[in-house]
Amino acid sequence: MPIKRGVSLYSFQNDTFQGKMSLEDCIRTCAEMGANGIEVIGEQTFWGWPEVGVDDAEIANWHQLIAKYDCVPVSHDFMLDYKRYKGREMPFEEQVASVKKDIDFGARLGVKYIRALVSIAPEVLVAAAPYAEEKGIKILIEVHAPLHFDHPWIIRHAEAYEKCGSDALGFLPDMGMFLHAFPPVWKEKFMRVGVPQNIADYIVKAYEDRVLSEYVILNVQQMGGVGPAIAMAETLRHNAAFEPKRMLDYMPRIHNIHGKFYEMTEDYVEPSIPYDEIVKVLQQGGYDGYICSEYEGNRWIEDLMEPDSVEQVRRQQVMLAQLLGEPTPQLSAAA
Amino acid sequence: MMDNKMIVEGSLETSDVGFAFYGRLPYYRGLGLSMVEDIQITVDGELIPRADVRFHVRGKTYTLDQMETVYNDRWNFGEKAKIIAMKPGGLPAGDHKIEFAVRMRVSYLPFVPTTKDTKVLALAA
Repeated sequence: MPIKRGVSLYSFQNDTFQGKMSLEDCIRTCAEMGANGIEVIGEQTFWGWPEVGVDDAEIANWHQLIAKYDCVPVSHDFMLDYKRYKGREMPFEEQVASVKKDIDFGARLGVKYIRALVSIAPEVLVAAAPYAEEKGIKILIEVHAPLHFDHPWIIRHAEAYEKCGSDALGFLPDMGMFLHAFPPVWKEKFMRVGVPQNIADYIVKAYEDRVLSEYVILNVQQMGGVGPAIAMAETLRHNAAFEPKRMLDYMPRIHNIHGKFYEMTEDYVEPSIPYDEIVKVLQQGGYDGYICSEYEGNRWIEDLMEPDSVEQVRRQQVMLAQLLGEPTPQLSAAA
Repeated sequence: MMDNKMIVEGSLETSDVGFAFYGRLPYYRGLGLSMVEDIQITVDGELIPRADVRFHVRGKTYTLDQMETVYNDRWNFGEKAKIIAMKPGGLPAGDHKIEFAVRMRVSYLPFVPTTKDTKVLALAA
């Protein structure tokens, strides 16, 4: 089965936040790009979730739109706010109960997967696994920079899943962990807030040379860097060029992919994330799930201009279609 | 994120007991009210004391201290909440520089973000 294309509606956050795109606009736009997998952050798309709840009418509307545009619900990304109570962490049993609520919500939306944030303890997910199995849902922990597949925290998750033996537990890698070059939109944003050209150039070069973040930070300090220059250097603590092939060991438990990107150029290139290599690795590993676009350049340019989320996602979908050997999507969104 | 969209343009209003404007949570999702740690309002350089701030959404009004233990209500994604400053006499007509800062407790973040927006809003005579 070939790899399928989808979109996380996270990508359109600047538009939906301001009410410029409705849920129908989002789903239609994805369908027009041939990206028929729809991923949502439940509490972004559905007001009221989780504390207040969501009416059945809203869920019915969701299913109607999915059917109208011939789309597929892929994933509900849940949050689990274990810091809901000031000064104390949510007790273990309540965390498990909270995950079960999100399993139910995922089932209502008709998704096969729900996304767990990477900071959630493996024991919580293991305890919720039997309920997920019952509901036909898999819980996927999002492996996201600065974490990666060789990090002890992720290995602990993997070991817990193997010991538990449930196939309802798995991984959702975010492609931002394979950051092979410093994103140009990050550099430009840091320069707008005062990072001098020479320091910005140095950090980009140091990233390209794979210099350890701590050395880069010290060097920037010694170059006279303050404030935003230090902040720019510190992004190297949280991002690195990990290797896409590290996913291969985990393929049997990888069921969804976040196609993170910061910028798509006019000629359909993501300058900082090696999608050609990523797609090859996924194909080699026999991956047959969705790659869901996750546009995150918005927050790096919104001080300068209104992000054109739809055009950015369209370009990434064209790139993915090309890499997957599909015909280039004919997009009315481009008109 | 969404920093420059926090204060809703043209939403400033005044009364004998204070002033108010519409504010949005600078975040890609909504948040349960217990996780809104602080809301700071400054008008023309004057900080409104925390005890004089009110948060109003869908017919309910909360003080910031009350919000800390509200587990059954939310500030939804993109939702315009009425941010109220109790200030006897309100504000005179004309332009006012409003600063609006929100501190959030976000479970997965290794820091406690504060996001701020500043806008000049006009108050009709």
